[in-house]
Amino acid sequence: MALRNVRHYPGFLAMTVACLVILYAPLLVVMAYSFNDSTSITNWGGVSLRWYTDVFTGPEAPRFKAAAWNSLTIAVIAATSATAIATAAALAMLRAGGFKGRSLTYALINLPLMVPEIVIAVASLIFFSMVGLTPGYLTILIAHITFCIPFAYLPIAARLQGIDGSFEQAARDLYASRAQSFFLILLPLMMPGVVSGYLLAFIISLDDFIITNFVKGAGMETLPTAIYGSVKQGIKPNIMAISTLMLGVSILFVTLSYLINRKGQKSL
Amino acid sequence: MAGPGSNHAPGPGSWRGILVPLLLPTWAMIGIFLLLPVLLMAVYSFLTKEFRGGVEWEFSLAAYDQFFLNRGLFGDEPPTLEWTYITVFARSIAQAAGATALCLLIGFPTAWFIATRPASSRGIWLFLITVPYWVNLLIRTVSLRFLIRENGPLNDALMGVGLISEPLQIINTNMAVQLGLFYSYLPFMVLPIYAAVERYSFAYSEAAADLYANRWVTLREIVLPIVRPGIVAGCILVFIPSLGAFLAPNLLGGAKNFMIGSLIEEQFKKSLGNWPFGAAVSMILMTLVLIVLFVQARAATRQEVR
Repeated sequence: MALRNVRHYPGFLAMTVACLVILYAPLLVVMAYSFNDSTSITNWGGVSLRWYTDVFTGPEAPRFKAAAWNSLTIAVIAATSATAIATAAALAMLRAGGFKGRSLTYALINLPLMVPEIVIAVASLIFFSMVGLTPGYLTILIAHITFCIPFAYLPIAARLQGIDGSFEQAARDLYASRAQSFFLILLPLMMPGVVSGYLLAFIISLDDFIITNFVKGAGMETLPTAIYGSVKQGIKPNIMAISTLMLGVSILFVTLSYLINRKGQKSL
Repeated sequence: MAGPGSNHAPGPGSWRGILVPLLLPTWAMIGIFLLLPVLLMAVYSFLTKEFRGGVEWEFSLAAYDQFFLNRGLFGDEPPTLEWTYITVFARSIAQAAGATALCLLIGFPTAWFIATRPASSRGIWLFLITVPYWVNLLIRTVSLRFLIRENGPLNDALMGVGLISEPLQIINTNMAVQLGLFYSYLPFMVLPIYAAVERYSFAYSEAAADLYANRWVTLREIVLPIVRPGIVAGCILVFIPSLGAFLAPNLLGGAKNFMIGSLIEEQFKKSLGNWPFGAAVSMILMTLVLIVLFVQARAATRQEVR
């Protein structure tokens, strides 16, 4: 028996707390200032919701509304497509035995994670301009689906790996068709992974700035590119209100994903 | 779970028949919209620049020549090494290395602390560390800029307490960029180190303590060599995205501290741009990243063989 607790290192708790303070302080400060009743971002003028009203009804409201609509619809379509594609890929990679080109396919799935984002942005812009696709909604959507695939794949594959093959085997032995055994047996078991993958892809799509900025074309905005455009001229209070709203959405999604995953782990 | 059916191979029969249809969407999307564009970008870096942005289909080494060689103002002097762009790369590497060091310095104690909590509370600690990562990167960077700007809340607070009498110049410095990169990628450092420490057998530490090694000697001689793969993985995962980062240097670093990302972006702005040059810089960045990944993979296999 050791003389002291070998797990304990003095100062490590302080470092962890410092870490959390650095991570959360900027977000909390911006949240607080979004309720500031003052046109200056430096002075505190009391609590109000005026900048939230400004976001929805102010002079910049139409621009932000259009951007939010684009961001949201792109995230929904990209996450849905990427999840479907990744689910099919996970079935092939984990439930079809070994096949020629399996490791190559694995490398391909992970390619969006290996290539630096700015390089993906440049390559996409060059590709779209060469094939003659006008930069806009469609080009953003294609790029988003592509880079969301690995993010959807990882949790789905992790979940599928933990599901015993005997469930499907039993269904097949009882004359269920492939589709029946998938939709009635395997998919419900995979659901926590599929939902996690979907949420991850959704947030990644909503988050993207660099690639979107390259392939969006003139006049087309998503929320991050619209915010970036405003911030270039200085941080205005309405930006802090939008930021706080987006922050809330992100935290809601991550919390959901965390809870679903925890519940999923218990059920296996 | 070792159920009665677990010796059945997980049904190759059922999915093998439609292997190609299952994989076709993945191959098509990533193959056509990522792999092909990257190859095309490689080709573009060897083409001739057109004035309105875009390219002419004529082979040229001009982009790489511009990056590496200085031929004088009129292009007729004997070439010498061009430092402008190499300096941008050197600065980017230094900034990314600084950010990696900062992440390691704060991330290792954090990962250790979390991994030594009771199993029931580790999840919530990890959750707290990863939540900010899922907040929009642009919003995080803007928030940081708001906090540390010259007459921002941080300086106000420090002056209010009386720690400083004049505002600290943090924004538009190297430090601000490193802080921004730290803020962007910290979970990438904490998670792999956490995974390594969680697998670490504390019996080694107990044996060292029984032999009168103090904590810090134990950490250096026993713990660090064993959890090294986690540390290396963390460093790579922070270093690589930091190298090509765009938002942190752009919003926090000011004009003097711009990095590779901004250099590339400049080349694709309308009328001012130079597409082949932008493609060439992207190629050089990607090559650098692949070298780092390759060296790390080689080192990892060698460690396993040992």
